[in-house]
Parts: sequence; C-alpha cells; structure tokens
Amino acid sequence: MSVQTVLFDAPGPKARARHRIIAVIGGLVILGLLYLIVRGLADPSNNQFTAQKWAPFLDPVTWTAYLLRGLFNTLKAAALAVVLSIVVGFALGVGRLSESTILRGVCGALVEFLRSVPVLVMMLFVYYFCIYVLGVLGDISTFIGVVGGLTLYNSAVIAELIRSGVHSLPRGQGEAGLALGLRPGQAMATILLPQAVTAMLPSLISQLVVILKDTALGYIISYSELIRGGQTLATNYGNLIPTLIVIAAMFILINLALSGLAKYIEARLRRSRGGGKTGTDLTARPGDDPDGSALATERITAGTAVGRNA
Amino acid sequence: MDALKTLLQNYDVLAALWMTIKLTLFSALGAVVLGTLVAICRISPVAVLRGFAITYVGIVRNTPLTLIIFFCAFGVASTLGVTLAAKDSATFIVDNNFRFGLVALSIYHASFVAEALRSGINTVPQGQAEASRAIGLGFTETLREVILPQAYRGAIAPLGSTLIALTKNPTVVATIGVAELAFTMRGMIEFNGSLLYAIFVLIAACFVILTLPTGLFFTRLSRRLVVQR
Repeated sequence: MSVQTVLFDAPGPKARARHRIIAVIGGLVILGLLYLIVRGLADPSNNQFTAQKWAPFLDPVTWTAYLLRGLFNTLKAAALAVVLSIVVGFALGVGRLSESTILRGVCGALVEFLRSVPVLVMMLFVYYFCIYVLGVLGDISTFIGVVGGLTLYNSAVIAELIRSGVHSLPRGQGEAGLALGLRPGQAMATILLPQAVTAMLPSLISQLVVILKDTALGYIISYSELIRGGQTLATNYGNLIPTLIVIAAMFILINLALSGLAKYIEARLRRSRGGGKTGTDLTARPGDDPDGSALATERITAGTAVGRNA
Repeated sequence: MDALKTLLQNYDVLAALWMTIKLTLFSALGAVVLGTLVAICRISPVAVLRGFAITYVGIVRNTPLTLIIFFCAFGVASTLGVTLAAKDSATFIVDNNFRFGLVALSIYHASFVAEALRSGINTVPQGQAEASRAIGLGFTETLREVILPQAYRGAIAPLGSTLIALTKNPTVVATIGVAELAFTMRGMIEFNGSLLYAIFVLIAACFVILTLPTGLFFTRLSRRLVVQR
C-alpha cells in the first residue's frame, strides 16, 4: 500500500543493518515458535508425524467416504443458503427502501433483529422448530436447520448491502427516473438496483466466504458437514490432528479462491468504470460486516464517514 | 408463565449471560493486543515480519472459528495433553475449556483487528506520511506521532464491527461445552421442547441487548471521532 512505502525512507547502510538484526531476531522468534509446535506434535509418546497417522490420506476410501462427502454437504448447504439469502435479502432490502413507512419500519426492525442474533442461535431455533413443530426428524432436519439459520442471518446482511449500494448511487439517478415518469418501484427495478448490485458485487462475493465458514457451525447441530466428517475419520484412524490440518487446508484453499475471485471482480469493475467508484459502504454500520470479510478487498474507504454526500 | 418461571429457576440464564460477557471482554483484550502486534508487523520495513503477518492473517481468517476451537480444545488439549488449568482443581474442566475458548477467540479475532487497523491506516492520506518524512521523523516516530493516532480514529468503525462479531462468536465456544448462552439454550430446548418460542425470544433478547447498543455506540463514536479533512 502506498502509505507503507513512504512510512520509511529508502534504508541507508545503518538502517539496513538494523533491519537485518530485527529480521534475524524476528526470524528466530518465529522459528522458535514453530519448533515448539512441531516438537509438541512430534512428541515420541504421541508422535503426530508418523506415517501411520498420515497414510489414511493416501487411501481413496478416506476421501470418498468421509472428507469429500463432508465437503459436498458443506458446499450443498452453502449454495442453497446463498441462493435463499439473496432472494430474501433482496426482498428485505427493497422493502427497507420503499416509500411506505410501515413496510420500511417492519423490514428495518426485522433486519436489525436478524443481524443482532448470532447465526448459531438461529440455527438452533430452526433445527428445533423442525423437530418439535414440524415433526421432521433425521438428517434432513439438520440440513434445514443449517440452511435456515444461515439464510436468516445472511439475508439481513445482504439487505443492508443492497441498501448501502443504493445509497451510494448519486441522488440524480433516482430523481431522473421519477422525472421521466417512472413509478418509484419501476425506477428502483430498472435504474437503481442493477447499478447497486454491480457496485456491491465484491462485498456480496466476500459474503460467500462468510457463509461457507459459517456452515461449519452445523457441526454443533450434528449436520454431517466437513468437520464432522473429519471427526468420524479421526476416530476411525486415530489421527485427529493430521485430519484437522487437512480440513483446515481445504477450507483455506476454497476461501482464498473465493476472496481472489472477489478481488478480481472488483479490479475488473474499477477498470471498466475508468477508475470510478466501486461499492463504497457509505451506510456501513458497525456489525454490518462482522467477519470483516469485506476488508478482504483493498477498499480504502472502509471505516470513514467522510464523503457521505458523494 | 409458570413453565417459564420454572425454566428460569432450573437454568441459570444470567450466569450464562455473564459467561458470554466474560468471554467477550477477555478475548477482546487478547485480540486487540495480538492484533496490534500483527498490524505493526504487517507494515514494518522488515520483510520477514511482514511475511509472517500476511501468512497469519491469511490462514486464520479463512478458517472457520469452529475448526480453530476444535483444534485448540480437542487437538491441543486432548491429543497433546496441554492444559491451561491446574489438573487437581475441582473446576478443572470448566476452567480448561473456558481458557481454551478464550485463546481460540483471541487468535481468531486478532486477525480481524489487524485488518481493521490496516484499513484504518489506509484512511490516512499519503501526504501525511510524506510530510512526516520530510521533517525527518523516523519509522517509529512517524507511526507514533502522525499515523497511528489518525489510523485508530479511522479504524473505529471496523473495530466496532469486529467487537460486535466478538460478542456473537462466543456462542461457537458452546462446541466445547462452555456454559454460555447458546449452550444453555440448547439444554433448555432439549428438555422443554414446548417452550421453544419463549426460549428463543429470551436468548435473542439477551443478544439484542448486548449488540444493539454497542453498534449504536460505535457508530456515534466513529462519526464523532472521524478526522475532518
């Protein structure tokens, strides 16, 4: 980032020597930490690096029976949650921008409530709702619980993203639409929403990362997603820590890919608009982006309220 | 109503609320301390520290919190036998799980605090750093006198949103059996399925009380403290 390169001058000989000393000390500290971790893992009484613990990963059955199935369930729940929360989020967001005060108030209260409650609490509620009220038992109820909880929470976040997207557009867009004789709803649908969605696309994709990570909460209601698949595998082969490392690597790779996609789309948008603004979260509120995943993109405007009238 | 009263008598919701608040406050402290360290590493001129910070944030931010807590509690504690509480104390399991939950929450949220501080530093115009170089301030002085004060004020909004996430994430610590709100909620519903709605409203109300004022407070704080340019 440009601030970084001006924070310190091009280092002269003394500064370079100092940097080398700091680098060596820092490197030693980090290596020391790593060594402690590896030594703890390789403790002879419980060596985590034996081939016996890592060999199961070369066996295709491990993957097909446990890990890939868990991954498939995770992706299934995440995909369904994404689609549903986009639909419901759009409805809530447009409702929050409507002319009718009642609709605005109801949608606003709903969005605020859904954003204040943790995802896990809502997952638990939907899960037990399925069991006690709908009488649906078995795996399908955990699936509905996970998807329901994720949908409820993320639709509120997407509603807020849409609202801030529409607010970040110049006022003239809506006014021009009304001046042309469009009804407010038509102006919203044909003029404002498409631009808002394009502006907010990077944040929307970052929200996918959040949804994917939150499917891991399904572990707590016994949904057979990736972590639970890994746990079953680990109890079978007795290699908990290598399993957890492999699962973590899978999550990190997928999420890095999604974040990379978000950055790529944002760069494309910025280029195609000739350096114009992408979605600036002008109505961003603390709690809007609880996982900070919108910070994954290098937006400089995160955190300032200056320029609200832009 | 009687059912609700017996419910409240049998399950200590206030203690669970207090446990959630304790988890939030202590892990907030740990996250801010660790996050500031990581943020300083991130912008330091030494490439080794920068690489370490980038790797740390990249790994921790892309892993689900459930997995990190799982790793800390079951991996480190059970498999490696590392414990954070005196083995012979009566409350060993409770203390152990609580502290491991704290460690996991701090590590996870430190990465978000570091990113929030970095975005705060990005709000500072480049001219400020250039001007401080021009009058001869070194790296540490530039940071201390010019950049960090403005960066903290600019970082208040993302820091607030991280704190709110921190208030809601202790629910995940229910995985390892810490008796906070989500754990209590699950216990209550298991035995009193008929009171599902009342329980949900009660727990949701607790969270709304915790998060809504914090959100409003941080919005107002960020607006008041924003650096006028």
